[in-house]
Amino acid sequence: MESGPKDRLQIANVSRRRFLTGLAGAAALVIAARWDLVETAEKRKYGAEGMPGGYTDNPNVFIHIDPDGTVTVVNHRSEMGQGIRTSNAMVIADELGADWDRVRVKQAEGDHSVYGNQYTEASRSMRQWFDPLRRAGAAARQMLEQAAADRWQVRLSEVKTGVHEVWHEQSGRKLGFGELAEAARTLEVPDPASLILREDHELRFIGRESGLINGVLETSRPKAIDGEGIVSGTAVYGADVPFDNPLYAVIARPPVYGAELGRFHESDALNVPGVLKVVRIEGAGLPAAFNPLGGLAVVATNTWAAMQGRKALKIHWDYGPAEDNRSYTSSAYREILEARAQIPGEVIRKEGNFSKAMEGAHQRISATYYMPHLAQTPMEPPVATARVQKGNAEIWAPTQNPQATRTKVAERLGLDVTNVTVNVTLLGGAFGRKAKPDFAIEAAAIAQWFEGRPVTLQWTREDDLQHGYYQTVSLDHLEAGLDERGRATAWLHRSLSPSTMSLLKADFEHKSKVEQGMGFNTTPFDIPAILLENPPATAHVRIGWIRSVYNLPHAWAIQSFAHELAIAAGKDHRAFLLEMLGEDRKISNRSVGDTYNYDEDPAIYFIDTGRIRGVIDRVAAESGWGKEMPRGRGLGLAFHHSFGSYAAVVFDVEVSEGGSLTIHRADIAFDCGPQANPERIRSQLEGACIMGIGVALLNEVSFENGVAQQDNFDRYRIPRMNNAPREIRIHLVENPDEPMGGVGEPGLPPVAPALVNAIYAATGKRIRRLPVGDQLKG
Amino acid sequence: MASLNINGKEYQLDVPDQMPLLWVIRDVLGLKGTKFGCGKAQCGACTVHLDGVAIRSCTTPVSGAIGEITTIEAIGNDPIGQRLQKAWLDLGVPQCGFCQSGQIMNAVSLLRQNPAPGRDEIIHAMSGNLCRCGTYNRIIAAIQRA
Ligand code: FES
Ligand code: FES
Repeated sequence: MESGPKDRLQIANVSRRRFLTGLAGAAALVIAARWDLVETAEKRKYGAEGMPGGYTDNPNVFIHIDPDGTVTVVNHRSEMGQGIRTSNAMVIADELGADWDRVRVKQAEGDHSVYGNQYTEASRSMRQWFDPLRRAGAAARQMLEQAAADRWQVRLSEVKTGVHEVWHEQSGRKLGFGELAEAARTLEVPDPASLILREDHELRFIGRESGLINGVLETSRPKAIDGEGIVSGTAVYGADVPFDNPLYAVIARPPVYGAELGRFHESDALNVPGVLKVVRIEGAGLPAAFNPLGGLAVVATNTWAAMQGRKALKIHWDYGPAEDNRSYTSSAYREILEARAQIPGEVIRKEGNFSKAMEGAHQRISATYYMPHLAQTPMEPPVATARVQKGNAEIWAPTQNPQATRTKVAERLGLDVTNVTVNVTLLGGAFGRKAKPDFAIEAAAIAQWFEGRPVTLQWTREDDLQHGYYQTVSLDHLEAGLDERGRATAWLHRSLSPSTMSLLKADFEHKSKVEQGMGFNTTPFDIPAILLENPPATAHVRIGWIRSVYNLPHAWAIQSFAHELAIAAGKDHRAFLLEMLGEDRKISNRSVGDTYNYDEDPAIYFIDTGRIRGVIDRVAAESGWGKEMPRGRGLGLAFHHSFGSYAAVVFDVEVSEGGSLTIHRADIAFDCGPQANPERIRSQLEGACIMGIGVALLNEVSFENGVAQQDNFDRYRIPRMNNAPREIRIHLVENPDEPMGGVGEPGLPPVAPALVNAIYAATGKRIRRLPVGDQLKG
Repeated sequence: MASLNINGKEYQLDVPDQMPLLWVIRDVLGLKGTKFGCGKAQCGACTVHLDGVAIRSCTTPVSGAIGEITTIEAIGNDPIGQRLQKAWLDLGVPQCGFCQSGQIMNAVSLLRQNPAPGRDEIIHAMSGNLCRCGTYNRIIAAIQRA
């Protein structure tokens, strides 16, 4: 074990030699790989091992103990509000036996050859790192014990670890972690297979409830690693790194995706006091992938001067290359999707004979659902600082994807990757936006003009909303047949949405396998005839993704339609869902054509309808499902499984005569298998609830002639405190023997349909186009 | 030339009159706890106090900031600020934390004017402060606890 963070190179060698079994090579594929899974899945590795950079469980990479006993945990995943800096440290500290008050966290720079995969998305930090980090903690503990045994000349088995100290049972001798660190670090790292993990009853943090539980503070909580910095204003986010003599920049980007910089007079900007330089940023053309859109950067001595300089520029944009995107208007596009939804599309999944089953049906129901483009709008807009000096580049950025940032900056500047350092700050929210390294590349492209001087490239909120990586727009058409006993016998789902793959291949018009696997081909219902189709949809803007990605529109459509069917069948919604789910069973993702499965092994992670039933039953019990509701008030239900986890939501809402909505309560039942840090699981689900309310009621980015019509929070509306439910109650389902699922995203997809179903229950009004907006008025 | 009193210190600064206080605080003085979220008085991330009352520093020109300015960095010196910070930590309010300095600054201002606000009063006072992570219910609980 290391006594300080200095010998990192040596550590890297150790970890390469012994532990990094999963090095995947091709760094350029860091981002693309995950969106490009085709039928080669048979040869894949799964879980952490299958990720670019793989994983390591080497304690020397993650744990340093100083002679004074301070334990520094190196956290290699990005902190964006999910609490991973605290949770990873807890996992390690628990196995190690560290005193929480003496644990510090140091953020790793971007280098997956040392730390293993660092790409923080798809709700997989804890899912894929819980085991390796526990092993790292256990290995470090054993090394400390070995060092003590050597010192005392006793057998290892006679030595035990207490809190932050090691003791010898027979003699009662004790040594603190700090006293043993020096000797322990010279020892061979034990074979991971030989490690003995702590028994459940020995654990102090892992799986332990703490803090605020459904509005009641019953227990204290181990202090959050960044809590004090946050409440005192000293926590360091993307724009907060202190520098001597920094410069600040903003960029004027093309208003339409693909347009290019035309004529301008740089003097217009240079005349603004504080503005120093105007720099042309080359765009990557179409499709833009994860590259800058191009445009004109204005560099100044402070952010405001840069913004004023940009405002003064009169830029003529060349729309030639963007002709096709310039005609993109959301209302017209929706009509195109509606027309296409009437025509059969590429078959994604087929069981039984849908048309025949429909012919024989007693009742036939159909409906079409729409979800607009959404923007992630993390409260911290994209921002990055770059300094280019003597052929080296250093980046400070709130990035979800430090390795891709490193690779892409190197590529852009023509440097070797080893000459680029990426420092990861705290992320002021991310939600998928900061998975793309474009903003760091922009900062680097500007900084190369100012040798040795740090340049902070700030996105304004207008930039964020007008030049985003937008969540896809989606139209979902469903048809179903019910027999005379109200059972579903036929199910058709045509889902249309531009693909994220259009970022890499402009004419990619169908859902990728990853996108299909996000709640579309994984539809869990036991219906004799199922037909899933995917007609084409062309992208006209950069399609990125927001928290939970394609699960969002799929769950919205499927869970709304299931409710409509229950009503048509004259059945209780919950009973109808359980009937459609059929007998409890574990469906192999492969058997329904899903080769994604969130990168997890299909022999371990299934679609488990018993666990779906579990969360439905729990949320029904907790919410008082089935109780009489007063006039104008109703309960709405929805469920969804994604990222290896299961969620069900019930909303209790009231709608007044005038159409104003009050959300009395949300109940969320959640099963992610083993729970690492229940306290942060609860906070993630509360956050998902609020964000989902925004998806249902408020969020919409619409385009006219290729230009986003929203540019700040006055028009792109997100939930405010007055939109929050009076109460959010989280019900964690204990299921410790199942494989661990994700937490950050899977709570979100069922929220919007549950809320819209509740609105129906309260009013009899069915909303099929999001956001609800003012559709309840009049 | 602007004279400013921030967190008890006097500054003479050579900045344009119309420059928003936010950018003076962040870029000129290097106090980074006050955040930029919208620049348009829509989100509250930039909230500071002018003579003890919450204002949006992104739309306040530096020339209009006459009085005592307090930022999040100094709010722990205030007994209400201290109580709120503690309640925030006890209840685990922050997720990403980016909005929270603005939330706390606004909450201090609220409690100064109304030491025991009811739920609706809290919502009324706090709805100008956005939190994309969705910590609203915990913020309400923390203000009631402080
Ligand atoms: S930055 Fe001032 S209100 Fe948003
Ligand atoms: S805690 Fe992230 S925006 Fe409020």
